Amino acid sequence: MPLLDVSELEISVHSTGGDIAVVKGVSFQVNKSGTIGIVGESGCGKSLTSLAIMGLLDGSQARTTGGTVRFEGTELLGLTMRERRKIMGNQMSMIFQEPMTSLNPVYRVGDQIAEALRQHRSLTRKAARERAIELLRMVRIPRPDERIDCFPHQLSGGQRQRVMVAIAIACEPKLLIADEPTTALDVTVQKEILGLLRDLQEQTGMAVVLISHDLGVVAETCDFVAIMYRGKIVETGRAEDVFSSVAHPYTRGLLNSIPPVDRDVEVLNEIPGRVPSIEQNVPGCSFHSRCTIAAGICREIDPEFSTVSGKHEVRCHFALGSNNRAE
Amino acid sequence: MLTLLPTLAAASFLVFLFIHLIPGDPAAILLGDAATPEAAAALSKELGLDEPLLKQYALWLGNVAQGDLGTSIFFQQPVLSVIGDGAETSILLAVMTMFWIIAFGVPVGVISAIRRGSWIDQISSGGAMLFASVPTFWLGLYLIHIFSVGLGWFPSSGFPSISDDGGLANLRYLLLPSLTLAAPNAALIIRLVRASMLDVSREDYVRTARAKGLHPARVAVRHVFRNALIAVAAAFGFTFAALVSEAVVTETVFSLPGIGRLVVQSILRRDYPVIQGVVLVVVVLYMAVNLLVDLAYASLDPRVSLN
Repeated sequence: MPLLDVSELEISVHSTGGDIAVVKGVSFQVNKSGTIGIVGESGCGKSLTSLAIMGLLDGSQARTTGGTVRFEGTELLGLTMRERRKIMGNQMSMIFQEPMTSLNPVYRVGDQIAEALRQHRSLTRKAARERAIELLRMVRIPRPDERIDCFPHQLSGGQRQRVMVAIAIACEPKLLIADEPTTALDVTVQKEILGLLRDLQEQTGMAVVLISHDLGVVAETCDFVAIMYRGKIVETGRAEDVFSSVAHPYTRGLLNSIPPVDRDVEVLNEIPGRVPSIEQNVPGCSFHSRCTIAAGICREIDPEFSTVSGKHEVRCHFALGSNNRAE
Repeated sequence: MLTLLPTLAAASFLVFLFIHLIPGDPAAILLGDAATPEAAAALSKELGLDEPLLKQYALWLGNVAQGDLGTSIFFQQPVLSVIGDGAETSILLAVMTMFWIIAFGVPVGVISAIRRGSWIDQISSGGAMLFASVPTFWLGLYLIHIFSVGLGWFPSSGFPSISDDGGLANLRYLLLPSLTLAAPNAALIIRLVRASMLDVSREDYVRTARAKGLHPARVAVRHVFRNALIAVAAAFGFTFAALVSEAVVTETVFSLPGIGRLVVQSILRRDYPVIQGVVLVVVVLYMAVNLLVDLAYASLDPRVSLN
């Protein structure tokens, strides 16, 4: 049984014209200690998906309207908020994109870590503080016994993200959802945080869902990958399979738009056109308007998943067979 | 702290100029209609009012520096003791008013924000809008009309000291005035608490708090309200300024023997030393309140340092 089993997840946002489904039929699994990367550009629904799994959709704007999210066999979407809160921050936790604003400015970081601990474990104030210092050491913050009494504004962005990681792993979760954890950080700090997450994962055996728009990051850290476009997974599979034989033109476009590091280029490759707005109802394959190999069928019929090999699946009528990073 | 003295000097000088711009001669007012111009001139000379303005100001300032606010022209008593007589009423009125503002404004604002869009929110937001826009004198008169004249529950005017017969029960004289004074300010605080809570609840760190699995009430109080308080604390400084000017109207409507009514009467009597003295006291108080607000601000927000 997978640790997390998301099946046919649908999320809708409320708008004046009625509900609009912005995440449609998203399914994926995460095994114990596994790592999945969910990749896509801004607005593709990857953050909403992660918030829905965590239980943080606030309902007034976006809510789940279909599908199931099973965690250790328990259907989360059917639980009351009270029951979900027992899982949140405990067996399942989350870190966010903006370390600069994700910590409460008026409390010391030690108290913010201890708050997570004491919510789910009956610890004395003193024991919680000791555990918080230990956690700061685990996330490699120097002089943890002093830093524990710092306010967030006294720490750098990278250190704040480390504190966020410390809060997230405080109760030894089985699943950590990291929503673009390094996007707001310098490249060098990015590398450190990703390294930290990988090491913590090895130490604790937790599973990680890494939300990112950076294919390089995902290729490096994840064993499974799902590419999302306009609320749907368009390609999924083991990371090595997907990256070695890209099947979807969108994934190919994303890979081609990574600038090469070994030579100068005048013009960066890009995917032509822009993402149609979510209000717009696109018949057929939602990528056809930007696809270089689209044909008549793509405008009419939305492709179902077809298997490329093993667990590598793609939604495309003309799945590219073999792949090299060619134009 | 060093900015206090120049501010005081500037405020007192401006007030000194303004009250002397008002036409009318205190000596003539004191002596009544029958007084001859000669008698008025003689009294003016005795009171030192015939001296050049700047010299009068310099004299007054010199005395103030020695702790002497001068003598009331009307009461023929030291200004400090005249102000002292009104202080009890005004201080008690201020304390009761602040109590209503905090006791109503803060919880209603909090509930309104948590239950945004519900009927509780609709009622409290509508009520806040209404009371924020009702003029103080009208509200005061209306409350007197209903609760004093109509129902006879509360006295309509005056205030015997709480050291007189009746003791603390005499505070009932201040109930309607303090409610009158509190209503528009509590309404502002409701709106402010609600708006800043809603602002804060969109912050990323509130999402972090929810992600810890905390109970919504704990998130609302410890994370949202605690941060909203920073903006609310700053507003209390402005509230005090509004209270001072509204107290003048309220004390007049309810005929309360406080400092607000004293200043109105003193202006009519051209009792320059009393007006000067009251303004000085109010300016000092205002500065003290703002200093307190700054201190509160610094203790609420660790990012602010007192330098």
